[in-house]
Amino acid sequence: MADKHLDAKGLNCPLPILKAKKALKDMQPGQILSIEATDPGSAKDFESFCAQTGNKMAKASENGDVFYYEIEKQ
Amino acid sequence: MSDQKKMAIIATKGTLDWAYPPLILATTAAALDYDVSIFWTFYGLQVVKKQRDLKISPLGNPAMPMPVPMPVLVQAIPGMEAMATVMMKDKMKKKGVASIDDLMELAIEAEIKMIACQMTVDLFDFKHEELLDELEYAGAAKFFEEAGEADITLYI
Repeated sequence: MADKHLDAKGLNCPLPILKAKKALKDMQPGQILSIEATDPGSAKDFESFCAQTGNKMAKASENGDVFYYEIEKQ
Repeated sequence: MSDQKKMAIIATKGTLDWAYPPLILATTAAALDYDVSIFWTFYGLQVVKKQRDLKISPLGNPAMPMPVPMPVLVQAIPGMEAMATVMMKDKMKKKGVASIDDLMELAIEAEIKMIACQMTVDLFDFKHEELLDELEYAGAAKFFEEAGEADITLYI
């Protein structure tokens, strides 16, 4: 169960990343941020975001046009 | 030396389409924990005006997709630039692309350092009151202070 949810559906680059960064700011290490996005570029982007910010991509899946991610704050 | 990553951008262009790259890259870099500065110079100053009125022009821009093929002379008709601007803004909204106003707000919130070229401010007779309050004013030497320590430097 995620601690916080971000609905980034309909938003395009770089908004999903910027909103995720903002959401993570108020969270504690170990907490999970779940994200829904429709930007197909977001898959690689969130991967890169995690690699560079030290957060952990706990889950990434795709259901039709919607991408779902769970990022664990480190 | 801190291990904080740094990026320095020179933003020189003032049309709606060219206002995007510096702001997209700067806000994303800030989200990736970069310390970012943007040096706004020449037409880039149009983007940091309080009342910005950015336009896009099909003229001299053969790569711009048009709804119907349009000869260059038609593109020069008065009103075409306004029409292209409205069309582009409309398209961006539909595709969930942030507006320049939104991106600028996010950039300021992310504490991106904004430096305006004082020489160009003088050249174009701009007043500091017309430009964003967050700007500091400096010259080329200040840019080198930023870029000299930067991991990434972009000229846009």
